[in-house]
Amino acid sequence: MTSLPASPPPKRLGLVIDLDTCVGCQACAVACKGWNSAGITAPLPDIEPYGTAPDGVWLNRVHGFEATFDDGRTRTLSFPRSCLHCENAACVTVCPTGASYKRAADGIVLVDESKCIGCKLCSWACPYGAREFDSTNGVMKKCTLCIDRIENETLPEAEREPACVRTCPAHARHFGDLADPDSDVSKLVEARGGTAPLEGLGYRPTNRYLPPRKPVEMGAAPLEPTGEPEGKLLQWVDKLFSR
Amino acid sequence: MHPAFSVILFTVSSGTGYGMLFWLGLHSLAMRPSALLGLVVIGVALALITIGLLSSTFHLGRPERAWRALSQWRSSWLAREGVAAIAVYPPALLLAASLLYPDRLASWILPASLPMAALALVTVICTAMIYASLKPIREWHALRTVLLYGISGGTGGLVWIAAITRLLGYDPPFLVAPLVVAISGCWLIVRLYWHHVDRAPKGHTVADALGLEGATARAVEPAHTETNYLQREMGFVIARRHAAKLRRVAELLGFALPAALALLTLVLPLTAGAIALAVAALATTAGMLIQRWLFFAEATHTVTLYYGAERA
Repeated sequence: MTSLPASPPPKRLGLVIDLDTCVGCQACAVACKGWNSAGITAPLPDIEPYGTAPDGVWLNRVHGFEATFDDGRTRTLSFPRSCLHCENAACVTVCPTGASYKRAADGIVLVDESKCIGCKLCSWACPYGAREFDSTNGVMKKCTLCIDRIENETLPEAEREPACVRTCPAHARHFGDLADPDSDVSKLVEARGGTAPLEGLGYRPTNRYLPPRKPVEMGAAPLEPTGEPEGKLLQWVDKLFSR
Repeated sequence: MHPAFSVILFTVSSGTGYGMLFWLGLHSLAMRPSALLGLVVIGVALALITIGLLSSTFHLGRPERAWRALSQWRSSWLAREGVAAIAVYPPALLLAASLLYPDRLASWILPASLPMAALALVTVICTAMIYASLKPIREWHALRTVLLYGISGGTGGLVWIAAITRLLGYDPPFLVAPLVVAISGCWLIVRLYWHHVDRAPKGHTVADALGLEGATARAVEPAHTETNYLQREMGFVIARRHAAKLRRVAELLGFALPAALALLTLVLPLTAGAIALAVAALATTAGMLIQRWLFFAEATHTVTLYYGAERA
């Protein structure tokens, strides 16, 4: 059924990604590819992986940008891009077959591959490019928020989080319930002013991105010129080296 | 957006077929059509529609599951289109039967014509709404897309009916005037659409795509070295000068030539006029194929903001 859940899901599971601490190491993208090549989304095919023009499906891509902020600061930032599990997920409602759906319990957006006809319309409807077409199997693939990890009772409890979150060496990725204001992720979003991309489109993404902090917020205030040194000796040394 | 030929052929071919059924349905509501003309129009229209529908299944990853696409009509314009597209067949075939067997089925002409015309119109609106409902593509996300598809189908259908009418040897009054009016109207709407593509505000910035308020941003490091599905499907770019050239060809072939040929039939003998209108019908469709190719090629998707586009 590709209508959205009638009432907002009691849980809104999603990711919070810290653009300040993400170093763009691609570990999340690789961990995602690794887990999902063997999990419920498998196969996540590669076409000519060792050829001259390798092609394949990835559910997480890390892009590099240069951003200039309104105070004149410029910095590079890495932007990991995956499904944001939107509340108003147009990728779900456009699906003609019922393959694309949003779980009523936790808001995770999934594809039932046995119903997918590969019309690709859901990938057109997603502003973020979260869905990639698997031409080998003729169906659409997307991030599942690793439901086969977070609900996997054979894994130790500490490992029941998405592969990208589990692997991130900079702790830039966080997983939790964004509907619960007391959850760690909600508090993080609150404290850091988390935003979502292209919010003007009204898709109401669940995932949040934490914008880069200003240097002073991190406790590294720029050095101030110290002016005239105090004391005769220091003034004499200053004069000596200022010649 | 990548201009997939199967989808272009589907929207133009089926659009023309539904346009023909729409006009035939309206005509049959007003007066009983000649049996031969009605049958040929229904036959050609259903052939165009069927070619288009079959073509549209070729771009599916799993065509054998196409039947599933009819199930989600509550939420999906694509499913609604599928349902309406198929629902046109029974009334069209019923109208054909009532023209073929007037003694027994004459009373069915009206009850068949009304749903046939209505469903033909609904199908074209649903097709257009598939595109008009997509917020990430600013060129499409407007009601003018519905107007564009509606008038294109209507005009294509009218030109084809006029050609068939003359080819079958009929010479009804008032054939040329509605033709010229429709072609001119369609030309105007297409021009308005292109004007919007060129002049409309350029949409979202890269900073919007990163969720950064009060910042500017540019892509400096690609996420991968080779072209991926997203870039092939959504990142298609056409050079402005090529688009301008194709627009001129689409206008000459799709509008100027058919309008001139339609006017020419006023002075030509019946047979020559019939050939002129047949050429006009083919030219209209060829022009619309180019115009529909541009509809996709000139459309920009917000995902390109992650791949180097400055606005989308």
